[in-house]
Amino acid sequence: METSEASIDEAVWTFPGARAPDRRRWVDASGLRLAVYEWGEPDATPLLLVHGALDFARTFDGFAPLLADAGYRVVSYDHRGHGDSDHADLYNWVADVRDMLAVADSITREPCLAVGHSKGGSLLVQAIQALPHRFIRFASIDGLPFRSPHADSAVRERKSSLTGPVIARWLDARRRSGELERRPGTLEELAQRRARMNPRLSHEWLCYIASHGARRDEQGWRWKLDPAIGVGGFGPMRVRWMTDRLPGFPIPMLAIFGSEKEPMGWDATADDLMPFFPATTEVHRMQDVGHFIHIERPQETARRILQFFGA
Amino acid sequence: MTMSSIPSPRQSPRQSPPHYLRHHRLRLALHRLKDGGGHPLLLLHGLGERSPATLPAEYASWPGPIHALDFTGHGESDLPRGGGYSCEFLMADADIALAHLGPCTVAGRGIGGYVALLLAGARPGEVRGAIVRDGPGLSGGGGAARSPYIPVPDLNQLAPPDPFAIAELANDVRPPSYASSFAMLASQHSDLDTPISVCCCERPPWLAAVMELLSLEPVALDQALQQYAAAAGAGIRPERESA
Repeated sequence: METSEASIDEAVWTFPGARAPDRRRWVDASGLRLAVYEWGEPDATPLLLVHGALDFARTFDGFAPLLADAGYRVVSYDHRGHGDSDHADLYNWVADVRDMLAVADSITREPCLAVGHSKGGSLLVQAIQALPHRFIRFASIDGLPFRSPHADSAVRERKSSLTGPVIARWLDARRRSGELERRPGTLEELAQRRARMNPRLSHEWLCYIASHGARRDEQGWRWKLDPAIGVGGFGPMRVRWMTDRLPGFPIPMLAIFGSEKEPMGWDATADDLMPFFPATTEVHRMQDVGHFIHIERPQETARRILQFFGA
Repeated sequence: MTMSSIPSPRQSPRQSPPHYLRHHRLRLALHRLKDGGGHPLLLLHGLGERSPATLPAEYASWPGPIHALDFTGHGESDLPRGGGYSCEFLMADADIALAHLGPCTVAGRGIGGYVALLLAGARPGEVRGAIVRDGPGLSGGGGAARSPYIPVPDLNQLAPPDPFAIAELANDVRPPSYASSFAMLASQHSDLDTPISVCCCERPPWLAAVMELLSLEPVALDQALQQYAAAAGAGIRPERESA
C-alpha cells in the first residue's frame, strides 16, 4: 500500500509544460530566509514575479518559463511563511512589502519590470506607489482589489468581518496557534483539499504543485504553508485607499482580468476599476477564465505581458 | 501623572523573574507587581517601553493583584525576526495574558491604551474595564489614508525594544470608525456601565471618536480604578460570603 502511494506521488511530479527553476538561492530579509527562484539567463533583463496569498513561487513553473524563454531573467520567491521560506513570528502587509523589496534589491537597484498575481499584485501596487523609481512597468494578473479582499491576514478588513464572534474566533486561534499543524495526507488528498480554493485547476496540476508546496514526513505529506496563516483576520486597512490612489499610478500598468468569480479572487472586475485607471493603464479582459489566469491560460497571459513589456 | 508611572530605560533588577506565557512561537513575560487575591489588574506599557520594575504609586490602592505584560519585542518578551507588528497582534498578546489571569481590569499607557480598548471590544465579558492613559504610541499614524510608506528600521539599535515595533507601530493607521467598532462591542456586550475609561490628555482622532460615540468624559485614574474595583467586588461578594 505504501509503495503504491509512493509511486502515485512520484508519478505526478511532472506536468506538461512545467519547468523547474534554473537557479535557486536565498535572500536574508531582516533575519528571515526567503527562498528565491530564477528562470532564464542570469544576465537577461530582470523581471520580478510575485505570487498571491497561500501560493508559492513554484506555482509559476508553467508560466515563468514562457517569460524566460522570451529573453527575461524571471525572479520569484516564496513569501514569508509560504513555500520554502522561513515561517515568521509575525505577519503583516508592510512586512510582506519589505520582504519583496529585499528580493528586488538582490536582483538590481535599477528600476525593473514586475508582474504580480492576486495579493502579489497588490503588494507591488503599494511598493510602486511608495517607490516609483524602482519599477518601470507593472503587469497585474487579477492583482487589484476593489471591494472585499479575502481575509487571509490580520491587516485587512471586510465590512462583515468586524463582529464580536469573528474577532473572538481569531483570538481563540491565536491562543491555540502553538498547537496548529497542517493535516497530513497523500499528495492526491492534498490536491483534493486545495481544489476547494482552486476549483478551476486540474487535479493533475494540483498534484504537481502539491509535490513542491508540501513536504513528506512519517505521517504523509503536509503543505509547507505556516499553519498560523489563514485563520482569518481583520484590521484597519481599507481597500478604498489603494483604489483612490490608482488615478495617480506612477508607471505604465497592464491590468489583466478574468471573467469568472472564484473563492480566492478579489471580486474586482475591469468595469469596477475602469474609472480609477489613468491613461497609462492598459486593460486586458479574458473570457471564461477564473482568478488563476496565468495557470489556466499561460500562453495567452505571457504573450500579452511580453507585448506590454516590449512596447 | 506621577513620575513613578514613567518606566526608566535602565531599571533596577526585578525582585522576581517573570512568568512566561506562550504566544505561538514567542515567549511573553508577565510580571507580578503586587500579590494578593481578588480581581486582578493588568498593566500594558507604551510603545518602546517595558513593564515597570516596581508597582507605580498611582496603582497602590488597587485591592487585588497587579500584573504587567511585556508586549512582543519589548522588555523581557521575545524578539521576533523581521517585524510584522500590528496592534491586532498586540491585542492577541494581551489576550494570552487574559487567558492566563482570567477576567481582569486592563490599564494601558499609550499604545497599550489602544490595545486595551481593542481587547475590551473583543472580550467584553473578560475585560472588566479598560483604562486608556497617556503614553508613547497613543496616536498611531493617524486616522486615514496616507502616502504609502515602507518603514525600514535601523537594526543597529539596541533591542529590546525591537526597532521593527517602533517603526511599524508608530505609523499604523487607526481609523476612528475602526476604534469605534470595538468601543461599540464593549458597550453592547459588557455588563459594566462604563467599560472604557479615558484617563489621558492626548486626543487622537480614534479616541475622540470613541468618546463621542459612548458620551465619555475624561476621568481621574483613581476614580476609574475605584469604579472597576467596586464593580469587581460586587461581582465576587456572593462567593466570598458563601466561603
